[in-house]
Amino acid sequence: MADTDHRTSDRMTSDRRTTDRRTTDRRTTDLTKAASPAPVPTVICDAVDIVYRVNGTGAGRGAATAALNRMLRRKQTERAAGVRTVHAVRNVSFTAHRGEAIGLIGTNGSGKSTLLKAVAGLLPVERGRIYTDGQPSLLGVNAALMKDLTGERNVHLGGLAMGMSREEVRERHQQIVDFSGINEKGDFLTLPMRTYSSGMAARLRFSIAAAKDHDVLLVDEALATGDRSFQKRSERRIRELRAHAGTVFLVSHSNKSIRDTCDRVLWLERGELRMDGPTDEVLAAYEEFTGGPDRAGKAPAKRK
Amino acid sequence: MSQVLQPPPPAATASPAPDAPPAETPAQLAARYGLSVSGARPSLPEYGRQLWARRHFIRAFATAKLTAQYSQAKLGQLWQVANPLLNAAVYFLIFGILLGTKRGVPDYVPFLVTGVFVWTFTQSSIMAGTRAISGNLGLVRALHFPRAALPVSFALQQLQQLLFSMCALVVILLAFGVPPAASWLLAVPALVLQFCFNAGVAMVMARWGARTPDIAQLMPFVLRTWMYVSGVMWSIDHVTRDRDLPHLVLLALRCNPAAVYIDLMRFALIDSFHASGLPPHVWALATGWALLAGVGGFVYFWKAEETYGRG
Repeated sequence: MADTDHRTSDRMTSDRRTTDRRTTDRRTTDLTKAASPAPVPTVICDAVDIVYRVNGTGAGRGAATAALNRMLRRKQTERAAGVRTVHAVRNVSFTAHRGEAIGLIGTNGSGKSTLLKAVAGLLPVERGRIYTDGQPSLLGVNAALMKDLTGERNVHLGGLAMGMSREEVRERHQQIVDFSGINEKGDFLTLPMRTYSSGMAARLRFSIAAAKDHDVLLVDEALATGDRSFQKRSERRIRELRAHAGTVFLVSHSNKSIRDTCDRVLWLERGELRMDGPTDEVLAAYEEFTGGPDRAGKAPAKRK
Repeated sequence: MSQVLQPPPPAATASPAPDAPPAETPAQLAARYGLSVSGARPSLPEYGRQLWARRHFIRAFATAKLTAQYSQAKLGQLWQVANPLLNAAVYFLIFGILLGTKRGVPDYVPFLVTGVFVWTFTQSSIMAGTRAISGNLGLVRALHFPRAALPVSFALQQLQQLLFSMCALVVILLAFGVPPAASWLLAVPALVLQFCFNAGVAMVMARWGARTPDIAQLMPFVLRTWMYVSGVMWSIDHVTRDRDLPHLVLLALRCNPAAVYIDLMRFALIDSFHASGLPPHVWALATGWALLAGVGGFVYFWKAEETYGRG
């Protein structure tokens, strides 16, 4: 936290107008006065860098030597040993407050999901800190479910995996099943999940994930699943969750669902926070960047 | 709300309001509102509490893994018992009939099958533990729970598997004329201790495996060597009796945790396996290994808690 100058100066390369105002307090103070009763911060990202390390990229000749090198001299020569580092998020800072719904946008591979995972405490950060109120949860239980088990047992397992107690799982079981609508077309709940169509599986997954109330909720492209009626139902549920949750983060490529649900948008590009502000302004800039809202052709990307 | 915030966020804003609190770093702001660092490692007692709170998940996950194994088979869960029975049949065919070797051990087939089942429990727990984090990165990166739940859950799955094997073992014992006895109850504490040991080693291996996945390739060889020195198929007592081995080697062979748990189980189940075949202070040894591995493994695993999920 001491090297604020360094941090701020390489963050906003695009902005040249306000060099003089780059002080630490700026960010926090203007957010504090944003709402009349001082808003309560729920997530604070402080100059966060996230780096992935990928083993075994030293392909071709010398791969074995490189591997040996890697094991023997782990620290010194990461690059030489064939470990590639992928700098996924660079120096991102923001403060989110209670009651906000924040959209994350950006082209593919710009670090949106990575940033969400770090906020959820699931990915370690390389530099910087992320402070959160309670335990933010990522809306997603895919990984805990097993396709060889029945839908019924997956509801149980998924609920427990999200940290619900056995009683809670039992209480909400029927609610989850009803919401998913899996049993509308016959008794599918007692069949293994591998027999489900991809749409049915997605519906069940979303229903399990959305069954819990969260303090800080992180939603990663979950609204695109299922048919039209189910999408409507999930959007309603997201709004409900937002009413309960302190703060909602939503990653989406659908500008419409961002516009419908979010009042603030963060735009990440190549891992850098390019813009942070009210939905309309950021989306307008983003649409221009990606080639306009309704023009199908791709305008050459303009990078400032 | 946040509407006051101008587009390029941190930079382009109105000058700080005069009534705003004095300069505050994000860390101070976080402290003022009692926010905690995301993904930070909890204290050891807190970690233990969290793990305990997840006990139902641990059990459900282990049972789910176990059930999923045979869910596509026509005979379904019958394989849970059929599998170890067939396993024992192979050993009986090779050692009991083809080789005809009793190696001076009374009740050789029960002796062998007990050894194999108990050893398999330790072996599979350690193998599964090695891949507990590296093989479940999807889960680790999607949900928040104390990561120790994974290796413990895999060890529990192997314990459940062993309980099925024990059913098969009872059939074999009775078939080979070993009378049921009250000492069979000793199998319960022996299993509890062995489970603690296995879970502990699984946690150590999980941390190593998470950092260096290559360990999983190496482990089968290590484990096979360990099996051969643990007296799974031969009696340490009989083989070492007439050899002039250094005392230290003998001691190491007999105090080897795998050998201790295997011999304890044999002592509990087979009437012709006498206490003389056990190392001295066997229960103390078994408890010591369980505590050392269990507590040590837990602390060792916890120390790297925040790093799991990378790589």
